[in-house]
Amino acid sequence: MKPFKRRRRGGLVATFEPGEAQVLASLAGQVVELLRDRNGESQSEADPLAGQLGLGGPSLPPEDPVLQRLLPDAYRDDAEDSAEFRRFTERSLTSAKVANAEAILAALVAAGLDDVDDEETLEVELDAEAAQSWLRSLTDIRLSLAVRLGIEDDDDAMLLARSEDEAVVAMTELYDWLGYVQETLVTSLP
Amino acid sequence: MGSVTTPTPVEIEEPDVSEVVELENPWVTIVWNDPVNLMSYVAYVFRNYFGYTEAKATELMLAVHHEGKAIVSSGSREQMERHVQAMHEYGLWATLQRADE
Repeated sequence: MKPFKRRRRGGLVATFEPGEAQVLASLAGQVVELLRDRNGESQSEADPLAGQLGLGGPSLPPEDPVLQRLLPDAYRDDAEDSAEFRRFTERSLTSAKVANAEAILAALVAAGLDDVDDEETLEVELDAEAAQSWLRSLTDIRLSLAVRLGIEDDDDAMLLARSEDEAVVAMTELYDWLGYVQETLVTSLP
Repeated sequence: MGSVTTPTPVEIEEPDVSEVVELENPWVTIVWNDPVNLMSYVAYVFRNYFGYTEAKATELMLAVHHEGKAIVSSGSREQMERHVQAMHEYGLWATLQRADE
């Protein structure tokens, strides 16, 4: 991967190896699926008019630990206020996160993800709006991986890199790489 | 969800100054430390979302990192709820509470 850089006319450009682009697309797709499942869960119980108005989402926090981190409580010690807040806001938060992950997929497809051969690299170009979606969704993807890896403090990622479990080491490397992608994106923004 | 600010009772002739401040700014948004979010990203969010200067955004980011949390904004309950939702879209861990809690 060649890191994100800002072009003179304002666009942000990075180059991905085909394998890197495929992994990123797969992870973004997993976030979309996870969030869609969450929205599907409660849709049947919701009042249809409230649904049209964007109200009446779920009031209970998700059981899935990844979703708990992506859709956290707004009040630390007040379950009732958290439930009320969640009921009015979770749907739109979920939709925003889905749209952000879809922006990653769209940019990768625009760069030729679907018909790339193994020799080619993909040049991804983001406008200001797409860059904002990428920033947020890269965060969601990294949060998801961190929950699955059990990263709870600053030393955990370093300890995991030395794990004897190859799958854990591979996922930790992926997590670190996504951090690098995000860092180059943040630092190349105006 | 609406919050009603209790009016200052008229019979009190000399209100406590700190009490007046709390009535004006009764709610706060807190951002909590997490091991995932990059320091550069957290500072970026504070700069771009709240419109803080680079110095103020960095100071708040470091407070979150070293002290585990920081108050990043104060104001009405509705304002703080909007901020918390925005922080959640950015993937930051944020909550709101009364300023005096």
